[in-house]
Amino acid sequence: MSVSKMKNRWIALYVENQVGVLAKVSGLFSGKSYNLQSLTVGTTEDETVSRMTISVLSDDRTFEQIKKQLNRMVEVIKVVDLTQVPIHMKEILFAKLLGLDEAGKEEAFRIAQVFGVDVADIGEDSVLLECKLTERRNNELIDLIKERFKNSIEVVRGGAVAIESISTSCR
Amino acid sequence: MNMTGRRLFLKALQEEGVEMVFGYPGGYVTDLFDELYRQEGIRLVLPRHEQGLIHAAEGYAKATGKPGVCLVTSGPGATNLVTGLADAHYDNVPLVCFTGQVPLELIGNDAFQEVDIVGMTRSITKYGVTVRNREDLGRIIKMAFYIASSGKPGPVLVDIPKDIQLASGDPEYPESVQIRGYKPASGVHVGQLKKAYKLLKSAKRPLILAGGGVNISGANELFQELVETMRIPVVTTIMGKGALPTDHSLYIGSCGMHGKYAANMAVMECDVLFSIGTRFNDRITGDLSEFAPKASIVHIDVDTAAISRNVEVDVPVVADAGTALEKLLEWAEKMDTVAWQERIEEWEKEYPLGQRRDRGMTPQMILEEVNREFPTGFLVTDVGQHQMWAIQFSELGPNRRLITSGGLGTMGFGFPAAIGAKLGRPEQDVVLITGDGGFQMNMQELATAVCEKLPIIICVFNNQYLGMVRQIQQLFYGKRYAHTCLRRRLGCPLMCKGPGADCPPYTPDFVKLAQSFGAYGARVEKAEEIAGALAEARTHTDAPTVIEFLISSEELVLPMVKSGHAMNQMILS
Repeated sequence: MSVSKMKNRWIALYVENQVGVLAKVSGLFSGKSYNLQSLTVGTTEDETVSRMTISVLSDDRTFEQIKKQLNRMVEVIKVVDLTQVPIHMKEILFAKLLGLDEAGKEEAFRIAQVFGVDVADIGEDSVLLECKLTERRNNELIDLIKERFKNSIEVVRGGAVAIESISTSCR
Repeated sequence: MNMTGRRLFLKALQEEGVEMVFGYPGGYVTDLFDELYRQEGIRLVLPRHEQGLIHAAEGYAKATGKPGVCLVTSGPGATNLVTGLADAHYDNVPLVCFTGQVPLELIGNDAFQEVDIVGMTRSITKYGVTVRNREDLGRIIKMAFYIASSGKPGPVLVDIPKDIQLASGDPEYPESVQIRGYKPASGVHVGQLKKAYKLLKSAKRPLILAGGGVNISGANELFQELVETMRIPVVTTIMGKGALPTDHSLYIGSCGMHGKYAANMAVMECDVLFSIGTRFNDRITGDLSEFAPKASIVHIDVDTAAISRNVEVDVPVVADAGTALEKLLEWAEKMDTVAWQERIEEWEKEYPLGQRRDRGMTPQMILEEVNREFPTGFLVTDVGQHQMWAIQFSELGPNRRLITSGGLGTMGFGFPAAIGAKLGRPEQDVVLITGDGGFQMNMQELATAVCEKLPIIICVFNNQYLGMVRQIQQLFYGKRYAHTCLRRRLGCPLMCKGPGADCPPYTPDFVKLAQSFGAYGARVEKAEEIAGALAEARTHTDAPTVIEFLISSEELVLPMVKSGHAMNQMILS
């Protein structure tokens, strides 16, 4: 049996916008021990349809199985594998940096500038960063601020949302 | 003109052609029962426990091919369905289960007899939904019947709050329903099937593995025609048993953990394994890395998710068994399998199935007499050693079909399933093979069988143990029979290595138990008494007969492959 590499994969899932569908989808992942990384959901332009962006960590074989299992749910309308197609993908992230001195605040502004994120709020000794980056870039940002501002940060992440590109160059 | 929900419920059942409902009343379904009470076309059967009820509905569905319909109340009525839902989900039995629910405004309040049954059963139903608007009721019931019986069949649960039952609304029951996310596989990819056929044709040692899918799709005749045209030997899973008549010259036997030696050897040695309608359960494959090691594998299944899940296959084909077989028959040509068949016959001679005939009455002897006395109809089993023996020694085919719990292995399934089968096909003989443990799990249904006047033959193989686990303890746990002895009482020695003269009597007395319900009871202790007891039971036409067969505690199910081992590592004696 071939063993392929574990890697991050992405699915766009169109489902009926009904009570219990999110529980059913997330229950599949826990029930079958699939490694769910993130899941976001919201309604689409058609209010009877919700679209989920799901990130999983899996090997090829498990990923195939996940797609099939999702597909056979009555409430699932369409499964789109985003792993191999050009997409736009962003994740919203807030990072509150607390207990900063003046130098710390300056550092926070410098980081915001370099990463291209907004400073959404500011207090006497704190700064709130609002980031809409790729998940990977957000990870890097967190690593950096964790290192620079030890024990005094608060992070909330929204999970990534993704949509297929119009032109084919971007990712 | 508007119609109440309860009236539309009845109309829906009538338009679906439902003839029988397995129901148990309760607070939040009283209105639905009231509707059913005031009409004549649909018969209501009242099992004595909701678990018995849903297994009876499964037996009915398996015997008739029509969906079994259940109606139970909210809370405990609903939770008692859970085991049966899981069983039906695993074995692909079409069921439509209606549960009452507290009124919408009380949901979430911990109201009396409120449970989130849809949430609880999400992973063991094909589809489940609470009706939240009266206007959705008709469409949801239509969906339920369609989903339960199409594609790979399964159980559907419809939860109906009390106020929906009473609310007035649209009187129309839709004739059809469109579900955008549900498209059961129809047709077959001809190119892919051709590839599968060519692979099969190129084989020197071809083997067909038939699963329950062949039986479920009713493709037995097509299957037999293909096998006979191409002259290919066949093994089956347990659920596939009877796909080809068991006395057919090309039928080897069932394979897997308790499969026939020749069947497992054929799987090990074949060069193309052509499988139809099986999910390659671990009881069939054993150690996956050693499964069919010399073979290229074809897998035909209606469920895409079953393909390449357990076993990586060379040629996957998504199709219903019947559809695929019809196409294959257009191409089928005879293959030269004489040498391969001779090889298989050698294995059959090497280790034939069979139990010793010099130590009193054996399960094999009983099953042979059952074969003789009841050659047609339905053979129903519970779960355990008796089930494996029944599968090894029963003759099955188009006129005698097996009803058993394969995937979930549900003790307590057999007796109520036999009731459902007899209710669905009263003209057929229904014989239940059960164990003393499994029978006790739902023996309250004797009341149902007596009240419905069902002449079912109930063969209780009493070895005084939970035999299948006892066998594992005997072989792999140093004969430490932890809590598998059903004679054990307070005061028995802590460590007991087996039955002796001082053991307490068995409880219950099955003969008296049967009689107390108004059923017939008989006890058989010697081989010479078997035929007479079965013939006598046949004369009873107004009530079930319980025959308790006192069999040896030591009898094992052989061959046996230890869980997780390769299929050629069989314990043979």
